[in-house]
Amino acid sequence: MVTKEVVKHMAGLSKLEFSDEELDHFTEEFSKIIEYVAQLTEIDTEGVEPTYNISQKTQPLREDIVRESLSREEVLKNAPEEQYGYFKLPNIME
Amino acid sequence: MAYKTLIGLEIHVELSTKTKMFCSCANEFGKDANTQCCPVCLGLPGALPVVNKSALEYAIRAGLAFNCNIATHSMMDRKNYFYPDLVKGFQITQADVPLCSGGYIEVDSKNGPKKVGLIRIHIEEDTGKSIHTEKGDSLLDYNRSGVPLIEIVTKPDMNSKEEAQDFLEKLKSTLQYIEVSDCKMEEGSLRCDVNLNVIDEERGLKSNITEIKNLNSFSAVGKAIEYEVKRHIALLEEGKNTTRETRRWNEVENKTVVMRTKEVAADYRYNTEPDIAPIVIEESWIEEIRNNLPELPHHKKMRFIKEYGIPEYDAGVLTQSKDLSLFFEETVKFAKDPKQVSNWIMGEVLYRLNEEGIEIKDLKFSSKDLADLLKLINEGKISNNIGKKVLKDMFETGKKPDDIVKEKGLIQISDEGELKDIVNKVLDENQKSVTDYKNGKDKALGFIVGQVMKATKGKANPQLVNKLVLEALKER
Amino acid sequence: MDIISLTALELREKVKNKEISAREVVSAHLDRIKEKESKINAFITVTEEEALRAADRVDEKIRSGEELGLLAGIPVAIKDNISTKGVRTTCASKMLENYIPPFEATVIEKIKKEDGIIIGKTNMDEFALGSSTETSYFGATRNPNDTERVPGGSSGGSAAAVAAKEAPLALGTDTGGSIRQPAAFCGVVGIKPTYGLVSRYGVVPMANSLDQVGPFGRNVKDAALLLQAVAGHDERDSTSMELDIPDYINSLTDNIKGMKAAIPKEYLELEIDSNIKDSFLNTVNILKDLGVEIEEISLPNIKHGLPDYYIISTSELSTNMSRYDGLRYGYRAKNYNDIDDLFIKSRTEAFGKEVKRRIMLGTYSLSKGQADEYYKKALKVRTLIKNDFDKAFQKYDIILGPTTPNLPFKVGEITDPVTMYKSDLFTVAVNLAGICALSMPCGAANGLPIGLQIIGDRFKEINILKAAYALEKSLGGVM
Repeated sequence: MVTKEVVKHMAGLSKLEFSDEELDHFTEEFSKIIEYVAQLTEIDTEGVEPTYNISQKTQPLREDIVRESLSREEVLKNAPEEQYGYFKLPNIME
Repeated sequence: MAYKTLIGLEIHVELSTKTKMFCSCANEFGKDANTQCCPVCLGLPGALPVVNKSALEYAIRAGLAFNCNIATHSMMDRKNYFYPDLVKGFQITQADVPLCSGGYIEVDSKNGPKKVGLIRIHIEEDTGKSIHTEKGDSLLDYNRSGVPLIEIVTKPDMNSKEEAQDFLEKLKSTLQYIEVSDCKMEEGSLRCDVNLNVIDEERGLKSNITEIKNLNSFSAVGKAIEYEVKRHIALLEEGKNTTRETRRWNEVENKTVVMRTKEVAADYRYNTEPDIAPIVIEESWIEEIRNNLPELPHHKKMRFIKEYGIPEYDAGVLTQSKDLSLFFEETVKFAKDPKQVSNWIMGEVLYRLNEEGIEIKDLKFSSKDLADLLKLINEGKISNNIGKKVLKDMFETGKKPDDIVKEKGLIQISDEGELKDIVNKVLDENQKSVTDYKNGKDKALGFIVGQVMKATKGKANPQLVNKLVLEALKER
Repeated sequence: MDIISLTALELREKVKNKEISAREVVSAHLDRIKEKESKINAFITVTEEEALRAADRVDEKIRSGEELGLLAGIPVAIKDNISTKGVRTTCASKMLENYIPPFEATVIEKIKKEDGIIIGKTNMDEFALGSSTETSYFGATRNPNDTERVPGGSSGGSAAAVAAKEAPLALGTDTGGSIRQPAAFCGVVGIKPTYGLVSRYGVVPMANSLDQVGPFGRNVKDAALLLQAVAGHDERDSTSMELDIPDYINSLTDNIKGMKAAIPKEYLELEIDSNIKDSFLNTVNILKDLGVEIEEISLPNIKHGLPDYYIISTSELSTNMSRYDGLRYGYRAKNYNDIDDLFIKSRTEAFGKEVKRRIMLGTYSLSKGQADEYYKKALKVRTLIKNDFDKAFQKYDIILGPTTPNLPFKVGEITDPVTMYKSDLFTVAVNLAGICALSMPCGAANGLPIGLQIIGDRFKEINILKAAYALEKSLGGVM
C-alpha cells in the first residue's frame, strides 16, 4: 500500500500537482498498480545480467565534423516567449 | 589548535572539439544566442544523441595524462532534475561506470611534491546559459547546451589553498598541453567547485563538508578556501558545526553565502541512457592515443633542467604553457646561453605579453629574432637597456632587431676616445658632484654616470662609462 | 473506378501506367476522409494542400519519364507522434497542440524519397499511452467496423484510417502492442519490426528501448511495401542496425510447407474471449493444412511480461516527459509564481490523466529506495524473457498466438487502468525481447475483427511475412 505522502513526493519530483481529492483517488489507483507490478520483485533473478540495450550493439561514434545548425528563427519558432533572440522566462529563484 | 583542512575539487572542463557531445552543432564560444542549436541539443521531441568520437578521444587523452585507468566498457546515464538551462529535464552523464578512474596529479606542498588522487573523470554534456535582465526576467541561450565536458573529481587530498591552487595550475597546464581544452575560466571552459571540511584529530572535532560554487578564478578559489576554513574553525570553536550545504562565493563581499542545503540529498533517479549503447573502447585505440600524447609539462620541466642547465624555477615558468616552452627551445637553438634566453623570456617577454594582453602565438617576431637581439647585446653593440627598448619595438612593429638598431641609430658607443671626451665634459659641468664624490658621497657617482648616459641618449656602453668616470674622477 | 478500394500496390501500378493520376488518387482519399471523419475521427490534421502538391510533383515526374519510388502516388497517413517538418505534431496532447517541428523524422524523409504522399496526421492515445485511443486530447477515434467501439491503441487513428479506406497505408508506433492490437481490432495488417530495423529519429519516444515504427496496410503485401520503404540504418539513430534490407515483396510466396511454428502454452492458459480462442485454433488448423509443423512449447517467463513492461516503459517514459516544461515549446501556463510553479502548472494543466499516472509510476520505479527493487529488477527479468524467445527461435521459425485477449470493447467501457493494461497481454513480451511480430485478420465475431499474431526472430521479418501472406491467401485474400 503506497501512502499519500509517497505519492505527493513523487508528484514533486515529477513536477506535477494534484488537488487533495485527486491525490486520494490517485493514491488508491497507484497502490493497485504498484501491487500489480510488485509481483516482479519475487522472481528469482540470481546471476542474471540486466538487459540495457536490446540491440546488443556497441555505440557507434560520430566524426567531429560541423554540420549546419538550425537558424535562430527555427529554434525560437515554438517559443512561448522570446526577446532579443533568447527564450524568455520569469524570475528564476535560486 | 591543530586543525587539518581537507579539500576536494570537482572540476568541469569544456573540451575544445569542433562539435558538441551528441550532435554536429559547432562548439564555439561567443556566438549570437541560439544560433548553434539543433533538435538534439535543444532536446526537441524525437531527437536522438550520437556520441562525438573526438570528445571521447580527448577524454581518454586527459585520463592518460593523469595516470587514470581507462574503462574499455562504459555506459551513459540520465541524471534527472528540472532546471531552465537543462533542455531535456535530464543530463546525459556517466554515473556508475565512468570512462576514467583512479589517477593523480602531482602538486607542490610544504613538504615537497605530493600526489593528489583522482577518483574519476567522466564525460557528460553541458547545459545552456541564462542571463538576467534588470526586470528580473531570465533570458536563455542554448548555444552551450550539449557542449562536451569532462568532470574531474579529486580525493580530498589537498590540505591548503596553495595546494588547491597549484593543483588547478597543473591541471590547466596539462590540459592545454594535450590540447583538449583552452581552460579559460573567464569563458567558462574551466569551472571549479570546492568541497572542504576541517578536522582536529586530537580533540576529535570534525566539521561537516560544505560545497562552494561560483568561483570564477584561481584566486577566488584561494580566497574562498581561506574564508571557509576560518568559518568552519570558528563554528567548531564555539561548540557548533557547519551544515552540509552548498554555498556561493560572493566575489564582491569576499564571503560565502548559503545556496541550498544538501540535507535532503537530491534524488536524481539515475537510469541508463537507452538511446546510447555501451561505449566500447579498443585497447589498441588507447595505446594509439597514449603514443601520440605530447611531452607533458612535468617531464618537459625536468628535461629543461637537465638539458639546458637552468634552475627549477625558470623551468617551471617556461613550461607553464606549451607555446612558451616551444618559443624558449626554438630561441635557444639560435642563441648561445639558455639562462640568458630564460631571463629575457621570463622577464621582458612575459611582461610585454601581459601588458598587451596577447599570447605567444600573436607575436609579430620570431624566436630567431629574439636570439638575434641577444646576439647584439652579447656583442656589445647595444646595452641591455637599449635591448629592452628594441624588444618593445619588435613587439609593436615586428621589425628585425638589426633593422631597428640601424634605423634608430641605437648602436652602443664603445669608443673610449669619444666617451672620454663626454665624461670630461660632464665632469666639467658638474663640479659640485665631483666635490661630493671626493667627500665620500657615493651617490654622486651614479648621478655622474647618469648624466653621461643622458648625454649619449643612453647609447653609451654603461660598463665602459662607469670605468672611465672612475678613472677621470681619480685624476681630478 | 473505386480508387479507395484498390490496394497500395494496385494504386502504384495504375499511377505508373498513367491509368489514373496521383492527384486523382489523393483527391479520392481526401473525399473519403471528408465523408468518414465525422464518424471515425481518425485524423488530427489533414494535410490537404501539401498532399495535392506532392501528388502534382509525382505526376510531373511521370510526365517527364523520371524513375519513380516504391510508394509513387500512394497516400500514407502518419501517426501524430512522428515529426513532420512544418506540420504540427501533437502526440494527441494539449501539451503539443500547436508544436510545429523544425525538422523531419527519418521515416518521413524516406517516404517522401520514395514518392509517397503524406495525407495527414492520425489520432492516437496521448503520447502513445493507452490501448484504445480514448485518451487523446482531440477525442476518441471510432472503430470503422462498429463506431460504438474503440479501434484499439495507441495507433488507433492509423489503423482506423486504413480500415476505413481513408488511406491505403499508414505508419504507427509500437511499444507494447500499439500497432498490433489496433490492427487486430480494426481488421487490418500491422507490423512491429525488430528493434533497430527502422529509424526512431524524429519519433517522439514513449520508451526508447521498446519503441519501433511500423506499417499498417489492408493486406500483407501492402504493409510489407511500406516496411520496405522505411526500413534501414540511420546514422542519426545510434540504436538502428546496419544491415542489408531483404526484398520483402518479392520473397512472399504461398508455399510455406515445412515452416516450423510454436505456440506458447502460457498464451493459451490466459483468460481469452472464447470467440478469439476458437478463431485462433481454427487458424492453427489452416496453417497445419498449409504444411506448417506446429508444436506447443513453454516460454515460462512470458507471464511476467506485463509488469516487466510497465516498469521499464514507464521508467523510460517518465524521464522522456521531463523536457515538457513550458519554456522552449509546447503549452505554457498563464499564471505562475516562480519558475518551479511554471513547470508544475504547465505540466499539470497540459497532461492528461494517463500520462500523469505513468509518469508517476516511472518516477517511483526509479526513485531512491525503489530503483533496485523495481527498475534494476525489471531489466533482469527482461533478460529472462529475451532468453526464452532466443531459445525457442533456435528450433522454430515463427511463434503464434492471438493478438488480443478481448474483442474491441465499447468506448468508455474500460475505466480501470490495470484492466486496460491487460489488453497488451500477448504483445508486450515481443517488445521486451526486441523481436518482430505482426497482426493479421484471421476471423470475426459478430462483425468484430479478430487478429492473429505471428512472431519472428530478430531481423527475420521475412518469415512472419511469408507465413502471413500464405495464410491470407488461404483465408480468401484481401479485406
